[in-house]
Amino acid sequence: MNEPDTLGASLARTGISRRSFLKFCTAMASLMALPPSAAYAMADALNRAQRQSVIWLSFQECTGCVESLTRSFDPTLEQLIFEMISLDYQETLQAASGEAAESAREQAMKASYGKYLLIVDGSIPTKDGGVYSTVAGVSNHDLLVEAARGAAAIVAVGTCSSFGGIPHANPNPTGAVSVADLIRDKPIMNVPGCPPIPSVIAGVLAYFVTYGKLPELDHLGRPKVFFADTIHDRCYRRPFYEQGKFAKTFDDEGARNGWCLYELGCKGPTTYNACATIKWNGGVSFPIESGHGCLGCSEPDFWDKGSFYKPLAVPLADNTPTITAAALGGAAVGTVAAVISRTHQTHIGEEK
Amino acid sequence: MSGLDNIGVKVVNPLPIQEDGLSGNADAILHEIVALLEAFTATGQTGAIDLHSLPLTPDDYELLRATLADGEVHAQINAIGNTEVRETLYPGVWWVTYYNVEGDIVADLLEITAIPEILKAPADDIREGLVHLRELLTQLEQP
Repeated sequence: MNEPDTLGASLARTGISRRSFLKFCTAMASLMALPPSAAYAMADALNRAQRQSVIWLSFQECTGCVESLTRSFDPTLEQLIFEMISLDYQETLQAASGEAAESAREQAMKASYGKYLLIVDGSIPTKDGGVYSTVAGVSNHDLLVEAARGAAAIVAVGTCSSFGGIPHANPNPTGAVSVADLIRDKPIMNVPGCPPIPSVIAGVLAYFVTYGKLPELDHLGRPKVFFADTIHDRCYRRPFYEQGKFAKTFDDEGARNGWCLYELGCKGPTTYNACATIKWNGGVSFPIESGHGCLGCSEPDFWDKGSFYKPLAVPLADNTPTITAAALGGAAVGTVAAVISRTHQTHIGEEK
Repeated sequence: MSGLDNIGVKVVNPLPIQEDGLSGNADAILHEIVALLEAFTATGQTGAIDLHSLPLTPDDYELLRATLADGEVHAQINAIGNTEVRETLYPGVWWVTYYNVEGDIVADLLEITAIPEILKAPADDIREGLVHLRELLTQLEQP
């Protein structure tokens, strides 16, 4: 038999063949626009790796982020991520409760000190000594600081832990802040969204387990593979924007013809996320495809930026059309084009 | 309102399509295949093209299908959903399509190699299978 505790061996014990595993890696590599050869490297590295210890702390949140990942529409593939990690503490999913749960967390932190991945969803209240959210009598603030100390890296899942989110919205009664506002001495990746796209969560976790580090991040700490372009850049309604064809109300001729929702307050032009390409509910659609503008849920302070139905005031900076033009002209074969076309391609294949 | 059917739906394809429905990307892929085949025959270096990595129109896709056509091998792999492995008319060029359990495509690749990795039985799986077969025989032989 193999070494008992490699990932490959433990997967095999649960009936997941290495072929299935290679397939997972191929799908994840394609999703993240990594070169196809990365899938083999990924499968090889993961096969020999130990299961990554993960501690997941939930603070001021609605559990939508956990729902997003655990109810992903591609359960057998995306939920493979749960086979690849050892989720040592997650209040919502774990069977243990009370003292047993807390001691499981302490044991895991001790056993994998310096090596575990800390996932956080929810913002952290800082007002009045942090009394607004506590677990077992310990404030979120103290829990985070303690857990962060032994973490190899921290992943802030969702807009609340990334940027403060809705608890942080004006007047911010609990003094809610993001993880990065409190922790400065650890690598932190923000995976914002309300909630984030499940494949994005699974993809970045797979990347960390494979390479032992976080992927390349942008100036707001977001993984570039998924947050490099705005919704508007990749929107299938973009050509109508260029043509100046806008829906003026939700039931006019323009709306029925699928014209651009910019004048109805769509925040697509200022929102960086992968909704327009990866889409939701197993690739069915995304808000704009369902006829509603983007709320900008993955951006900092999205709740305080005025009405969701008020058009963006500032004229759009003209820095984006080049990407789209190049990709559509077939000139760019690089990673920029890759992410968009991935789903686009699937889509074309399905069109009747 | 007399029902949803009255609401017009238009599918927009943002690719600049020529009159023949092609974007030029299928042609680019075919040339890339030639380059990868040259590398493989010269040095044994395998290659792959992720078909999701650039936009293709339905006609582009058809052109690729028609040009590459079906070769001698067609295999199906049943591992968390189906995977179709087809050798094309050009030996060493494989079209590998990965589906999830619901039948959606999760990855679509052209591989340039003697035999795609996913077809080979992994050494660790072979060893574990041997162990299971031995156990089974031991059980059967017990009185």
